[in-house]
Amino acid sequence: MKETPVYTEYHPRWYRARVSTYWWIRQWKYLKFILRELSSLSVAYFVVLTLLQLRALSRGPASYAAFQEWLKSPIVMALNVVSLLFVLFHTITWFNLTPSAMPVRVRGKRLPDWMIAAPNYVAWLALSAVIAWLILRD
Amino acid sequence: MAERITLQVTRYRPEQEGRPTVQEYEVPCEKEWVVLDGLNYIKDKLDGSLSYRWSCRMGVCGSCGMMVNGEPKLTCATFLSDYLPGPVRVEPLQYFPVVRDLVIEMTDFMVKLKSIKPWIIREDEKPLSEGEFLQTPEQLDNYKQFSMCINCMLCYAACPVYGLDQHFIGPAAIALAQRYNMDSRDQGANERLDILSQHEGIWGCTFVGECTKVCPKNVDPAGAIQQYKLKATKEWFKDFLMPWRAK
Amino acid sequence: MAKRSNEPFLWSLFSSGGTVAAFLVPVLLFFYGLAFPLGWLASPGYQSTLALVRHPLTRLVLFVLCSLPLFHWAHRFRFTLYDGLQIKHLNEVIIVFCYGGALVGTVVASYILWNIP
Repeated sequence: MKETPVYTEYHPRWYRARVSTYWWIRQWKYLKFILRELSSLSVAYFVVLTLLQLRALSRGPASYAAFQEWLKSPIVMALNVVSLLFVLFHTITWFNLTPSAMPVRVRGKRLPDWMIAAPNYVAWLALSAVIAWLILRD
Repeated sequence: MAERITLQVTRYRPEQEGRPTVQEYEVPCEKEWVVLDGLNYIKDKLDGSLSYRWSCRMGVCGSCGMMVNGEPKLTCATFLSDYLPGPVRVEPLQYFPVVRDLVIEMTDFMVKLKSIKPWIIREDEKPLSEGEFLQTPEQLDNYKQFSMCINCMLCYAACPVYGLDQHFIGPAAIALAQRYNMDSRDQGANERLDILSQHEGIWGCTFVGECTKVCPKNVDPAGAIQQYKLKATKEWFKDFLMPWRAK
Repeated sequence: MAKRSNEPFLWSLFSSGGTVAAFLVPVLLFFYGLAFPLGWLASPGYQSTLALVRHPLTRLVLFVLCSLPLFHWAHRFRFTLYDGLQIKHLNEVIIVFCYGGALVGTVVASYILWNIP
Protein backbone atom coordinates (compact mmCIF):
# COMPACT_ATOMS: atom_id res chain seq x y z
CA MET A 1 0.00 0.00 0.00
CA LYS A 2 1.56 3.21 -1.07
CA GLU A 3 -0.93 5.86 0.13
CA THR A 4 -0.80 6.90 3.76
CA PRO A 5 -4.18 6.50 5.47
CA VAL A 6 -6.03 9.67 6.38
CA TYR A 7 -6.51 9.74 10.12
CA THR A 8 -9.08 12.06 11.61
CA GLU A 9 -8.13 12.96 15.13
CA TYR A 10 -10.86 12.24 17.62
CA HIS A 11 -11.07 14.66 20.51
CA PRO A 12 -13.90 13.74 22.81
CA ARG A 13 -16.16 16.66 23.60
CA TRP A 14 -15.88 18.06 27.10
CA TYR A 15 -19.11 18.91 28.81
CA ARG A 16 -19.26 22.45 30.14
CA ALA A 17 -22.24 23.17 32.34
CA ARG A 18 -23.43 26.76 32.12
CA VAL A 19 -23.73 28.46 35.48
CA SER A 20 -27.39 29.22 36.06
CA THR A 21 -28.49 32.81 36.60
CA TYR A 22 -30.14 31.47 39.75
CA TRP A 23 -27.01 29.86 41.21
CA TRP A 24 -27.33 32.05 44.27
CA ILE A 25 -30.90 31.02 45.07
CA ARG A 26 -30.16 27.29 45.01
CA GLN A 27 -28.16 27.18 48.24
CA TRP A 28 -28.66 29.09 51.48
CA LYS A 29 -24.94 29.86 51.88
CA TYR A 30 -24.90 31.63 48.54
CA LEU A 31 -28.19 33.43 49.21
CA LYS A 32 -26.78 34.68 52.50
CA PHE A 33 -23.76 35.98 50.60
CA ILE A 34 -25.91 37.84 48.06
CA LEU A 35 -28.03 39.34 50.85
CA ARG A 36 -24.85 40.57 52.48
CA GLU A 37 -23.82 42.19 49.21
CA LEU A 38 -27.28 43.71 48.76
CA SER A 39 -26.96 45.39 52.15
CA SER A 40 -24.94 48.00 50.24
CA LEU A 41 -28.25 49.18 48.78
CA SER A 42 -29.45 49.99 52.29
CA VAL A 43 -26.26 51.92 52.93
CA ALA A 44 -26.86 53.96 49.77
CA TYR A 45 -30.49 54.47 50.81
CA PHE A 46 -29.32 55.86 54.13
CA VAL A 47 -27.01 58.35 52.39
CA VAL A 48 -29.85 59.55 50.16
CA LEU A 49 -32.12 59.86 53.19
CA THR A 50 -29.46 61.87 55.02
CA LEU A 51 -28.95 64.22 52.07
CA LEU A 52 -32.71 64.79 51.83
CA GLN A 53 -32.82 65.51 55.55
CA LEU A 54 -29.92 67.97 55.33
CA ARG A 55 -31.57 69.72 52.40
CA ALA A 56 -34.81 70.03 54.35
CA LEU A 57 -32.83 71.39 57.28
CA SER A 58 -31.23 74.06 55.07
CA ARG A 59 -34.60 75.24 53.87
CA GLY A 60 -35.96 76.19 57.25
CA PRO A 61 -38.19 74.90 60.05
CA ALA A 62 -41.32 74.42 57.92
CA SER A 63 -39.44 72.34 55.39
CA TYR A 64 -37.79 70.29 58.12
CA ALA A 65 -41.12 69.66 59.82
CA ALA A 66 -42.60 68.52 56.49
CA PHE A 67 -39.67 66.12 56.09
CA GLN A 68 -40.29 64.70 59.57
CA GLU A 69 -43.89 64.04 58.58
CA TRP A 70 -42.80 62.37 55.36
CA LEU A 71 -40.56 60.04 57.39
CA LYS A 72 -43.66 58.75 59.17
CA SER A 73 -45.36 57.53 55.99
CA PRO A 74 -45.77 53.73 55.92
CA ILE A 75 -43.60 53.03 52.88
CA VAL A 76 -40.69 55.11 54.12
CA MET A 77 -41.02 53.64 57.59
CA ALA A 78 -41.02 50.11 56.15
CA LEU A 79 -37.93 50.92 54.10
CA ASN A 80 -36.24 52.32 57.20
CA VAL A 81 -36.93 49.18 59.22
CA VAL A 82 -35.72 46.87 56.44
CA SER A 83 -32.66 49.05 55.85
CA LEU A 84 -31.75 49.09 59.52
CA LEU A 85 -31.82 45.28 59.56
CA PHE A 86 -29.64 45.12 56.46
CA VAL A 87 -27.22 47.72 57.81
CA LEU A 88 -26.86 45.80 61.07
CA PHE A 89 -26.21 42.68 58.97
CA HIS A 90 -23.50 44.63 57.15
CA THR A 91 -21.88 45.79 60.40
CA ILE A 92 -21.85 42.33 61.96
CA THR A 93 -20.52 40.54 58.88
CA TRP A 94 -17.96 43.32 58.32
CA PHE A 95 -16.52 43.05 61.83
CA ASN A 96 -16.55 39.24 61.72
CA LEU A 97 -14.58 39.20 58.47
CA THR A 98 -11.98 41.78 59.52
CA PRO A 99 -9.78 39.23 61.37
CA SER A 100 -9.33 37.25 58.12
CA ALA A 101 -7.88 40.26 56.36
CA MET A 102 -5.71 41.42 59.22
CA PRO A 103 -4.09 38.59 61.13
CA VAL A 104 -2.21 39.86 64.17
CA ARG A 105 0.76 37.94 65.52
CA VAL A 106 1.91 38.35 69.09
CA ARG A 107 5.17 36.66 70.05
CA GLY A 108 4.93 34.37 67.04
CA LYS A 109 1.39 33.13 67.68
CA ARG A 110 -1.59 34.33 65.72
CA LEU A 111 -4.32 35.93 67.84
CA PRO A 112 -7.73 34.18 67.66
CA ASP A 113 -10.32 35.84 65.42
CA TRP A 114 -12.60 37.01 68.22
CA MET A 115 -9.76 39.02 69.71
CA ILE A 116 -9.60 41.11 66.58
CA ALA A 117 -13.35 41.35 66.04
CA ALA A 118 -14.21 42.22 69.67
CA PRO A 119 -12.44 45.63 69.80
CA ASN A 120 -14.39 46.61 66.66
CA TYR A 121 -17.69 45.83 68.37
CA VAL A 122 -16.64 47.70 71.51
CA ALA A 123 -15.54 50.74 69.49
CA TRP A 124 -18.80 50.61 67.54
CA LEU A 125 -20.93 50.61 70.71
CA ALA A 126 -18.85 53.36 72.29
CA LEU A 127 -19.01 55.54 69.18
CA SER A 128 -22.75 54.97 68.90
CA ALA A 129 -23.20 56.04 72.51
CA VAL A 130 -21.24 59.24 71.88
CA ILE A 131 -23.30 60.02 68.78
CA ALA A 132 -26.52 59.33 70.66
CA TRP A 133 -25.43 61.72 73.39
CA LEU A 134 -24.57 64.40 70.83
CA ILE A 135 -27.96 64.06 69.14
CA LEU A 136 -30.10 63.84 72.24
CA ARG A 137 -28.60 66.58 74.42
CA ASP A 138 -30.43 69.79 74.03
CA MET B 1 -26.34 -7.62 57.80
CA ALA B 2 -24.84 -4.47 56.36
CA GLU B 3 -27.04 -1.62 55.26
CA ARG B 4 -27.23 -0.55 51.66
CA ILE B 5 -27.18 2.93 50.23
CA THR B 6 -27.93 4.22 46.77
CA LEU B 7 -25.39 6.32 44.91
CA GLN B 8 -26.71 8.50 42.09
CA VAL B 9 -23.61 8.86 39.97
CA THR B 10 -23.18 11.19 37.02
CA ARG B 11 -22.20 9.37 33.86
CA TYR B 12 -20.90 11.13 30.77
CA ARG B 13 -19.70 9.19 27.78
CA PRO B 14 -18.99 11.72 25.04
CA GLU B 15 -18.80 9.02 22.37
CA GLN B 16 -22.41 8.08 22.93
CA GLU B 17 -24.21 11.01 24.50
CA GLY B 18 -24.20 14.79 24.33
CA ARG B 19 -25.02 15.46 27.99
CA PRO B 20 -24.37 13.81 31.32
CA THR B 21 -26.91 11.35 32.70
CA VAL B 22 -27.42 9.87 36.14
CA GLN B 23 -27.03 6.19 36.92
CA GLU B 24 -28.07 4.65 40.22
CA TYR B 25 -26.09 1.98 42.00
CA GLU B 26 -26.87 0.29 45.29
CA VAL B 27 -23.74 -0.34 47.35
CA PRO B 28 -23.16 -1.72 50.85
CA CYS B 29 -22.76 0.85 53.55
CA GLU B 30 -20.15 -0.73 55.82
CA LYS B 31 -19.33 0.94 59.09
CA GLU B 32 -16.32 3.00 58.06
CA TRP B 33 -16.84 3.19 54.34
CA VAL B 34 -16.33 6.44 52.56
CA VAL B 35 -17.85 7.53 49.25
CA LEU B 36 -14.66 6.39 47.50
CA ASP B 37 -15.21 2.88 48.86
CA GLY B 38 -18.65 3.00 47.32
CA LEU B 39 -17.22 4.06 43.96
CA ASN B 40 -14.56 1.35 44.10
CA TYR B 41 -17.26 -1.21 44.87
CA ILE B 42 -19.18 -0.03 41.80
CA LYS B 43 -16.06 -0.29 39.65
CA ASP B 44 -15.07 -3.71 40.99
CA LYS B 45 -18.41 -5.44 41.20
CA LEU B 46 -21.16 -3.52 39.43
CA ASP B 47 -19.94 -1.43 36.51
CA GLY B 48 -16.31 -1.45 35.43
CA SER B 49 -16.90 1.34 32.94
CA LEU B 50 -17.15 4.04 35.62
CA SER B 51 -14.25 6.52 35.38
CA TYR B 52 -12.99 8.60 38.30
CA ARG B 53 -9.75 9.78 39.87
CA TRP B 54 -8.34 8.65 43.20
CA SER B 55 -5.00 7.72 44.69
CA CYS B 56 -3.92 7.86 48.32
CA ARG B 57 -7.40 7.27 49.83
CA MET B 58 -6.27 9.16 52.91
CA GLY B 59 -6.78 12.85 52.16
CA VAL B 60 -3.28 13.94 51.16
CA CYS B 61 -3.06 13.62 47.40
CA GLY B 62 -6.00 15.78 46.37
CA SER B 63 -7.12 13.48 43.51
CA CYS B 64 -10.59 12.39 44.57
CA GLY B 65 -12.44 15.72 44.79
CA MET B 66 -16.10 15.45 43.68
CA MET B 67 -19.49 16.97 44.49
CA VAL B 68 -21.31 14.90 47.11
CA ASN B 69 -24.92 16.05 47.49
CA GLY B 70 -23.93 19.37 45.97
CA GLU B 71 -20.95 20.02 48.26
CA PRO B 72 -17.31 19.80 47.14
CA LYS B 73 -15.74 16.98 49.13
CA LEU B 74 -12.80 14.60 49.08
CA THR B 75 -14.59 11.31 48.51
CA CYS B 76 -11.94 9.50 50.55
CA ALA B 77 -12.80 11.63 53.56
CA THR B 78 -16.60 11.61 53.35
CA PHE B 79 -18.33 8.85 55.27
CA LEU B 80 -21.25 7.07 53.58
CA SER B 81 -22.99 6.47 56.90
CA ASP B 82 -23.37 10.22 57.34
CA TYR B 83 -25.75 10.20 54.38
CA LEU B 84 -28.02 7.33 55.43
CA PRO B 85 -30.63 6.49 54.35
CA GLY B 86 -29.47 8.16 51.13
CA PRO B 87 -29.56 8.47 48.17
CA VAL B 88 -26.23 10.22 47.68
CA ARG B 89 -25.61 12.31 44.57
CA VAL B 90 -22.04 12.00 43.29
CA GLU B 91 -21.19 14.50 40.57
CA PRO B 92 -17.96 15.72 38.98
CA LEU B 93 -16.29 18.74 40.55
CA GLN B 94 -18.24 21.89 39.78
CA TYR B 95 -17.07 24.67 37.42
CA PHE B 96 -14.66 22.43 35.52
CA PRO B 97 -15.30 20.90 32.10
CA VAL B 98 -16.19 17.21 32.36
CA VAL B 99 -14.02 14.84 30.35
CA ARG B 100 -15.82 11.61 31.21
CA ASP B 101 -18.07 10.46 34.06
CA LEU B 102 -16.55 11.97 37.20
CA VAL B 103 -13.26 13.05 35.63
CA ILE B 104 -12.78 16.78 35.07
CA GLU B 105 -10.37 18.76 32.94
CA MET B 106 -7.94 20.59 35.19
CA THR B 107 -5.53 22.26 32.79
CA ASP B 108 -6.90 25.71 33.62
CA PHE B 109 -6.09 25.13 37.29
CA MET B 110 -2.56 23.96 36.48
CA VAL B 111 -1.94 26.96 34.24
CA LYS B 112 -3.11 29.36 36.91
CA LEU B 113 -1.04 27.69 39.62
CA LYS B 114 2.06 28.00 37.51
CA SER B 115 1.32 31.59 36.48
CA ILE B 116 1.97 32.97 39.95
CA LYS B 117 5.52 31.60 39.96
CA PRO B 118 5.30 29.13 42.83
CA TRP B 119 9.03 28.89 43.57
CA ILE B 120 11.54 30.82 45.64
CA ILE B 121 12.56 33.86 43.62
CA ARG B 122 15.86 35.42 44.56
CA GLU B 123 17.34 38.70 43.38
CA ASP B 124 20.76 37.57 44.56
CA GLU B 125 21.52 33.89 44.41
CA LYS B 126 23.18 32.61 47.56
CA PRO B 127 26.40 30.71 46.71
CA LEU B 128 26.63 27.11 47.88
CA SER B 129 29.61 27.92 50.03
CA GLU B 130 27.46 30.09 52.27
CA GLY B 131 25.35 27.12 53.20
CA GLU B 132 21.61 26.75 53.52
CA PHE B 133 18.97 29.36 54.29
CA LEU B 134 18.07 29.52 57.96
CA GLN B 135 14.51 30.09 59.11
CA THR B 136 13.14 30.51 62.61
CA PRO B 137 9.92 28.80 63.71
CA GLU B 138 8.22 32.22 63.70
CA GLN B 139 9.25 32.81 60.11
CA LEU B 140 7.94 29.37 59.17
CA ASP B 141 4.70 30.08 60.98
CA ASN B 142 4.11 33.13 58.79
CA TYR B 143 3.42 31.05 55.70
CA LYS B 144 3.01 27.48 56.91
CA GLN B 145 -0.77 27.44 56.76
CA PHE B 146 -0.73 28.41 53.08
CA SER B 147 1.79 25.68 52.28
CA MET B 148 -0.59 22.92 53.33
CA CYS B 149 -2.56 23.03 50.06
CA ILE B 150 -2.93 19.62 48.38
CA ASN B 151 -4.24 21.07 45.11
CA CYS B 152 -7.55 19.25 45.42
CA MET B 153 -9.49 22.08 43.71
CA LEU B 154 -12.42 21.90 46.15
CA CYS B 155 -12.02 25.66 46.66
CA TYR B 156 -12.43 26.26 42.94
CA ALA B 157 -15.59 24.16 42.96
CA ALA B 158 -16.92 26.26 45.84
CA CYS B 159 -16.07 29.63 44.32
CA PRO B 160 -18.93 31.14 42.30
CA VAL B 161 -16.64 33.83 40.93
CA TYR B 162 -14.41 31.16 39.38
CA GLY B 163 -17.51 29.55 37.92
CA LEU B 164 -18.64 32.82 36.39
CA ASP B 165 -15.35 34.34 35.29
CA GLN B 166 -12.71 32.24 33.56
CA HIS B 167 -10.05 34.91 34.09
CA PHE B 168 -10.21 34.79 37.89
CA ILE B 169 -6.99 33.21 39.16
CA GLY B 170 -8.77 31.44 42.00
CA PRO B 171 -8.27 30.71 45.70
CA ALA B 172 -5.57 28.02 45.64
CA ALA B 173 -3.33 29.96 43.27
CA ILE B 174 -3.53 33.14 45.33
CA ALA B 175 -2.94 31.26 48.58
CA LEU B 176 0.09 29.66 46.95
CA ALA B 177 1.36 33.08 45.88
CA GLN B 178 1.00 34.27 49.46
CA ARG B 179 2.84 31.16 50.65
CA TYR B 180 5.87 32.29 48.67
CA ASN B 181 5.46 36.01 49.32
CA MET B 182 5.48 35.42 53.08
CA ASP B 183 8.45 33.06 52.93
CA SER B 184 11.48 34.79 54.39
CA ARG B 185 13.71 33.22 51.75
CA ASP B 186 11.73 34.70 48.87
CA GLN B 187 12.41 38.03 47.19
CA GLY B 188 9.84 37.81 44.40
CA ALA B 189 6.81 39.55 45.90
CA ASN B 190 7.08 42.36 43.38
CA GLU B 191 7.19 40.01 40.42
CA ARG B 192 4.09 38.19 41.61
CA LEU B 193 2.32 41.49 42.17
CA ASP B 194 2.45 42.15 38.42
CA ILE B 195 0.49 38.99 37.70
CA LEU B 196 -1.90 39.17 40.59
CA SER B 197 -2.65 42.84 40.10
CA GLN B 198 -4.09 42.24 36.70
CA HIS B 199 -7.66 43.37 36.48
CA GLU B 200 -9.02 39.87 36.79
CA GLY B 201 -6.17 38.49 38.87
CA ILE B 202 -7.56 38.72 42.36
CA TRP B 203 -9.99 41.61 42.14
CA GLY B 204 -12.89 39.44 41.05
CA CYS B 205 -12.96 38.00 44.56
CA THR B 206 -15.91 39.23 46.56
CA PHE B 207 -15.02 37.33 49.75
CA VAL B 208 -17.81 34.81 49.54
CA GLY B 209 -15.64 32.73 51.87
CA GLU B 210 -16.82 29.31 50.71
CA CYS B 211 -13.33 28.37 49.59
CA THR B 212 -12.10 28.43 53.18
CA LYS B 213 -15.13 26.47 54.39
CA VAL B 214 -14.59 23.54 52.02
CA CYS B 215 -10.80 23.35 52.30
CA PRO B 216 -9.87 19.95 53.79
CA LYS B 217 -6.49 21.24 54.96
CA ASN B 218 -7.51 24.54 56.62
CA VAL B 219 -5.42 26.60 54.25
CA ASP B 220 -7.85 29.55 54.53
CA PRO B 221 -7.47 30.83 50.96
CA ALA B 222 -10.08 33.54 51.59
CA GLY B 223 -7.86 34.99 54.30
CA ALA B 224 -4.86 34.82 52.00
CA ILE B 225 -6.75 36.72 49.30
CA GLN B 226 -7.95 39.47 51.64
CA GLN B 227 -4.47 39.88 53.07
CA TYR B 228 -3.15 40.08 49.55
CA LYS B 229 -5.74 42.72 48.60
CA LEU B 230 -4.56 44.88 51.49
CA LYS B 231 -0.96 44.43 50.48
CA ALA B 232 -1.63 45.17 46.80
CA THR B 233 -3.58 48.30 47.82
CA LYS B 234 -0.70 49.54 49.96
CA GLU B 235 1.65 48.96 47.03
CA TRP B 236 -0.68 50.85 44.71
CA PHE B 237 -0.73 53.87 47.02
CA LYS B 238 3.04 53.76 47.39
CA ASP B 239 3.42 53.69 43.61
CA PHE B 240 0.93 56.51 43.23
CA LEU B 241 2.47 58.78 45.82
CA MET B 242 6.07 57.96 45.05
CA PRO B 243 6.31 57.14 41.33
CA TRP B 244 10.07 57.48 41.38
CA ARG B 245 10.41 54.26 43.39
CA ALA B 246 12.72 51.82 41.65
CA LYS B 247 10.73 48.83 40.42
CA MET C 1 6.50 45.33 33.49
CA ALA C 2 2.84 44.76 32.81
CA LYS C 3 0.48 47.58 33.60
CA ARG C 4 -0.99 47.18 37.05
CA SER C 5 -4.70 47.58 37.45
CA ASN C 6 -6.27 50.50 39.28
CA GLU C 7 -8.67 48.18 41.05
CA PRO C 8 -6.74 48.56 44.34
CA PHE C 9 -7.80 52.20 44.53
CA LEU C 10 -11.46 51.33 44.01
CA TRP C 11 -11.14 48.56 46.56
CA SER C 12 -9.71 51.01 49.09
CA LEU C 13 -12.78 53.22 48.60
CA PHE C 14 -14.96 50.16 49.07
CA SER C 15 -13.27 49.07 52.28
CA SER C 16 -13.01 52.53 53.85
CA GLY C 17 -16.65 53.22 52.90
CA GLY C 18 -17.69 49.91 54.38
CA THR C 19 -15.91 50.68 57.62
CA VAL C 20 -17.46 54.16 57.89
CA ALA C 21 -20.89 52.67 57.18
CA ALA C 22 -20.42 49.85 59.68
CA PHE C 23 -19.56 52.22 62.50
CA LEU C 24 -21.83 55.20 61.85
CA VAL C 25 -24.94 54.18 59.94
CA PRO C 26 -26.76 51.89 62.41
CA VAL C 27 -27.08 54.41 65.23
CA LEU C 28 -27.99 57.31 62.92
CA LEU C 29 -30.57 55.30 61.00
CA PHE C 30 -32.03 54.04 64.26
CA PHE C 31 -32.54 57.54 65.67
CA TYR C 32 -33.51 59.56 62.59
CA GLY C 33 -35.22 56.75 60.70
CA LEU C 34 -37.10 54.98 63.48
CA ALA C 35 -36.93 56.38 67.02
CA PHE C 36 -37.79 60.01 66.27
CA PRO C 37 -40.48 59.47 63.58
CA LEU C 38 -42.15 56.74 65.65
CA GLY C 39 -42.03 58.90 68.75
CA TRP C 40 -39.99 56.46 70.87
CA LEU C 41 -37.81 59.40 71.84
CA ALA C 42 -38.50 63.10 71.71
CA SER C 43 -37.13 64.51 68.51
CA PRO C 44 -34.59 67.29 69.10
CA GLY C 45 -35.95 70.53 67.71
CA TYR C 46 -35.03 72.33 64.52
CA GLN C 47 -32.69 74.78 66.24
CA SER C 48 -30.88 72.09 68.16
CA THR C 49 -30.34 69.95 65.06
CA LEU C 50 -29.23 72.92 62.98
CA ALA C 51 -26.75 73.98 65.66
CA LEU C 52 -25.28 70.50 65.68
CA VAL C 53 -25.08 70.18 61.90
CA ARG C 54 -23.67 73.59 61.03
CA HIS C 55 -20.53 73.02 63.13
CA PRO C 56 -17.57 72.61 60.71
CA LEU C 57 -16.50 69.35 62.29
CA THR C 58 -19.98 67.90 61.91
CA ARG C 59 -20.05 69.02 58.28
CA LEU C 60 -16.76 67.27 57.67
CA VAL C 61 -17.93 64.06 59.30
CA LEU C 62 -21.20 64.24 57.38
CA PHE C 63 -19.28 64.71 54.12
CA VAL C 64 -17.25 61.59 54.78
CA LEU C 65 -20.43 59.77 55.81
CA CYS C 66 -22.25 60.74 52.63
CA SER C 67 -19.37 60.11 50.25
CA LEU C 68 -17.35 57.03 51.17
CA PRO C 69 -20.32 54.71 51.83
CA LEU C 70 -21.66 55.63 48.38
CA PHE C 71 -18.40 54.36 46.87
CA HIS C 72 -18.74 51.27 49.05
CA TRP C 73 -22.17 50.69 47.49
CA ALA C 74 -20.84 51.43 43.99
CA HIS C 75 -18.07 48.83 44.18
CA ARG C 76 -20.14 46.17 45.91
CA PHE C 77 -23.17 46.63 43.66
CA ARG C 78 -20.98 46.49 40.56
CA PHE C 79 -19.73 43.03 41.51
CA THR C 80 -23.21 41.92 42.57
CA LEU C 81 -24.41 42.81 39.07
CA TYR C 82 -21.51 40.88 37.54
CA ASP C 83 -22.02 37.75 39.62
CA GLY C 84 -25.69 37.85 40.55
CA LEU C 85 -27.22 38.86 37.26
CA GLN C 86 -24.29 37.88 35.03
CA ILE C 87 -24.40 41.11 33.03
CA LYS C 88 -20.68 41.66 32.90
CA HIS C 89 -20.95 42.34 29.20
CA LEU C 90 -22.61 45.64 30.17
CA ASN C 91 -19.39 46.51 31.99
CA GLU C 92 -19.06 50.09 30.81
CA VAL C 93 -22.67 50.93 31.62
CA ILE C 94 -22.34 49.39 35.08
CA ILE C 95 -19.15 51.27 35.87
CA VAL C 96 -20.60 54.61 34.80
CA PHE C 97 -23.82 53.95 36.72
CA CYS C 98 -22.12 52.87 39.94
CA TYR C 99 -19.07 55.09 40.28
CA GLY C 100 -20.73 57.93 38.41
CA GLY C 101 -23.63 57.70 40.81
CA ALA C 102 -21.26 57.82 43.77
CA LEU C 103 -19.50 60.84 42.32
CA VAL C 104 -22.81 62.64 41.75
CA GLY C 105 -23.78 61.88 45.36
CA THR C 106 -20.46 63.25 46.57
CA VAL C 107 -20.93 66.48 44.61
CA VAL C 108 -24.51 66.87 45.86
CA ALA C 109 -23.34 66.25 49.44
CA SER C 110 -20.62 68.91 49.11
CA TYR C 111 -23.14 71.40 47.78
CA ILE C 112 -25.71 70.77 50.49
CA LEU C 113 -23.17 70.77 53.32
CA TRP C 114 -21.53 73.94 52.05
CA ASN C 115 -24.89 75.70 51.99
CA ILE C 116 -26.13 74.85 55.46
CA PRO C 117 -27.26 78.27 56.89
